[in-house]
Amino acid sequence: MTCIIVDDELAARTIVSHLCSDVGGVTVLAEFDNAIDAIKYLNQYQVDLIFLDIHMPGFTGMDFVQTLKNPPKIVLTTSDTEFAIAAYEYAFIVDYLVKPITKERFEKCMAKVAASTFQGPGDGDKPSTSGNEVGSDLYINIDRRLIKLHFQDILVIEAQGDYILIKTTKKNYKVHTTLKKINEKLPNGIFLQIHRSYIINFTKIIDIEDNSVLIEKNVIPISRSNRPELMTRLNLL
Amino acid sequence: MSLPNLKYIKDLSGGDEAFEQKFLTILKDEFPVERRAYETALENREQDASCAIVHKMKHKFNILGMEEAYECAVSYEKDLLEGSFDKDEEFRVHLGTVTHFLNTL
Repeated sequence: MTCIIVDDELAARTIVSHLCSDVGGVTVLAEFDNAIDAIKYLNQYQVDLIFLDIHMPGFTGMDFVQTLKNPPKIVLTTSDTEFAIAAYEYAFIVDYLVKPITKERFEKCMAKVAASTFQGPGDGDKPSTSGNEVGSDLYINIDRRLIKLHFQDILVIEAQGDYILIKTTKKNYKVHTTLKKINEKLPNGIFLQIHRSYIINFTKIIDIEDNSVLIEKNVIPISRSNRPELMTRLNLL
Repeated sequence: MSLPNLKYIKDLSGGDEAFEQKFLTILKDEFPVERRAYETALENREQDASCAIVHKMKHKFNILGMEEAYECAVSYEKDLLEGSFDKDEEFRVHLGTVTHFLNTL
């Protein structure tokens, strides 16, 4: 099995590399102190496994995960157990290791990697929560914290330049991403883009008047091109 | 106060002295750089940079078996996210302890 190690700390990379050679069965092809260089490498070479630090400055491990089109198996390495929840968001994330990593825990991890049914590149081009198929919630990254949002609590998502504003029944969240990206993570069953700047949860519509919908106190414009799709989704009498 | 020790490194090495030496050299090289980065970030009151470097340094505390220092760093990192630098003094005591320890190796 081949692997790469992505961690901004040399000490952390050295530990994983040592454990790979100690436990055996894993060949470290390369080490990277930032995610960008790792992506460049993966564009050229295929590996079976990535050891990935979640918490890196600038482009984080989770940012990295979201850019992978054909991911191999990934083991997250982290100093914070709170990020471990992210491990369950993607089929290709096989395990997470909390630093400092012990030999015993690393051996268990490698057994998990070997037993994983995920086949690597080509076996699931996207995270398990994408493709508008499964899940009832979404995690958003706010100030390095992953906040869980239930789809049913989301009312409206509005594009605001390089950000989106997610309005929920409880609170509003501003996230650095695009409407297109979040749309890929939302279930088609309840969400619909009705304007180039708006995605709505159409189960929350109170009424529709002319070219706008009312959701709680939000009046959202409907673009002419999106109107037919909205109308076909409604259970019209 | 929990004092630094080499238990984790020795367990990890499994008696491989060459690895132990290599790893200690890395610690000796990385730690002072990180400490300076922390001090600079703090002087400039850079909240994000301070937070990032404290996060990184807490791993070193863990490697050196310094539970109390690790807990301090975890708590300080959270405070820094809120914009509070109040635990700087306590954190620097732990930095001093590690610096002294590494100098004795």
